[in-house]
Amino acid sequence: MGFDVLFKGTNFIRLLAGLGVALKISLISVAISIPLGIVLGMIMTTKNVVVKAITRLYLEIVRIMPQMVLLFIVFFGATRALGINLSAETASIIVFSFWGTAEMSDLVRGALTGIPVIQYESSFALGLSPLQTYLYVIIPQIVRRMIPLSINLITRMIKTTSLVMMIGIVEVLKVSQQIIEANRKSSPNAAFGVFATVFFLYFLACYPISCLSKYLEKKWEN
Amino acid sequence: MDPNVLSSYLPLYVEAFFLTVKIGWIGIIIALLIGVIVAFIIHFNVPVLKPIAKAYVELFRNTPLLVQLFFIYFGLPKIGVAVSAEVCGAVGLGLLGGSYMAESFRSGLDAVPVSQSESALALGMSKSQLFGNVILPQAFSISTPAIVANVIFLLKETSVFSAISLMDLMFTAKDLIGLYYNTTECLVLLVVFYIVMLVPVSILGTVMEKKTRYKMFGV
Repeated sequence: MGFDVLFKGTNFIRLLAGLGVALKISLISVAISIPLGIVLGMIMTTKNVVVKAITRLYLEIVRIMPQMVLLFIVFFGATRALGINLSAETASIIVFSFWGTAEMSDLVRGALTGIPVIQYESSFALGLSPLQTYLYVIIPQIVRRMIPLSINLITRMIKTTSLVMMIGIVEVLKVSQQIIEANRKSSPNAAFGVFATVFFLYFLACYPISCLSKYLEKKWEN
Repeated sequence: MDPNVLSSYLPLYVEAFFLTVKIGWIGIIIALLIGVIVAFIIHFNVPVLKPIAKAYVELFRNTPLLVQLFFIYFGLPKIGVAVSAEVCGAVGLGLLGGSYMAESFRSGLDAVPVSQSESALALGMSKSQLFGNVILPQAFSISTPAIVANVIFLLKETSVFSAISLMDLMFTAKDLIGLYYNTTECLVLLVVFYIVMLVPVSILGTVMEKKTRYKMFGV
């Protein structure tokens, strides 16, 4: 079945290190996306038409363009058009942060506009100042809505970063191809075992995070 | 940008566009079928099948399409299941999408309040009437936005097909960049074709969401 290849030499450790590269890129991108997304989401709730149009355009671009296309535009296009020579890793962090910020800001905007007006009115009627209203009434509700969704964004980011292989970053898929090629003679069935392992590794990386997100969502319902 | 280059590449892109759209939509149809079946299995607690359906949904929702395609295209032939790149693309997209669609349908079914089915039963409706006339229409209108989002997501995911050497838009662009180094022209055409592919779906989706929302009652 080709699972034996994994235990030859340092193959399995190399696979894990490859997964580490992908995880590192996704975590950096998430760390950039979340604060930027929160700020942008708050900006998006303004009534200014120009700001609204610009943010709307940004969201639509991210919604329509596949991440792979954005990756190619930044990695190959920027070099060609602007003469900037980005490393593959920088290019991917830029693209995934660009994508993640849009996703995050949309979530924040949804959470902000989803708070019923009655919440504000009731707290004012109870004599809370605007600061108190935000601090004790609105923000706790938003945080409860946002945390499960932001955690979910992490798993989506991890899944999306598997694309970086296409611009030449040596991550888990590239490492598995190298292992399969190197052992072509000794174990011709390596492709099955190695890719099944990668499949399972990604599942192991994402499943606990999805469970956490689901658990928090259930716990904080209402 | 050179217009001559653009026009000479255009036919290649058009060909790739139709291939991408074809495989993308076949994949989406497979995904919808799998999604409906799996959602019903989970919603109605079908014995034996339910754990399998749940495991399938979790497994495919928590892994990237690229990894799934690599497994199907390069891994499975080693145990005797060899498929062409096109079939692999459509099936892979269908399996990934099926897990997302199943979640959307299921949450739609779950979101219909119990009072709805109780009222329907109290009015003397049969099980099939209850399901066909009360639950399904409401569940459908609730899950429509999620289904539309999934369709757009799946169409975007088709860009991954290039990794298993399917001659889709992404592959064509990459190939042409590698051959002639007209990077700007290739990328511009790529963006234009993805816009042509996705903007109509996006607009249609918004219209559909509005249409089905009007039909909503009781909730």
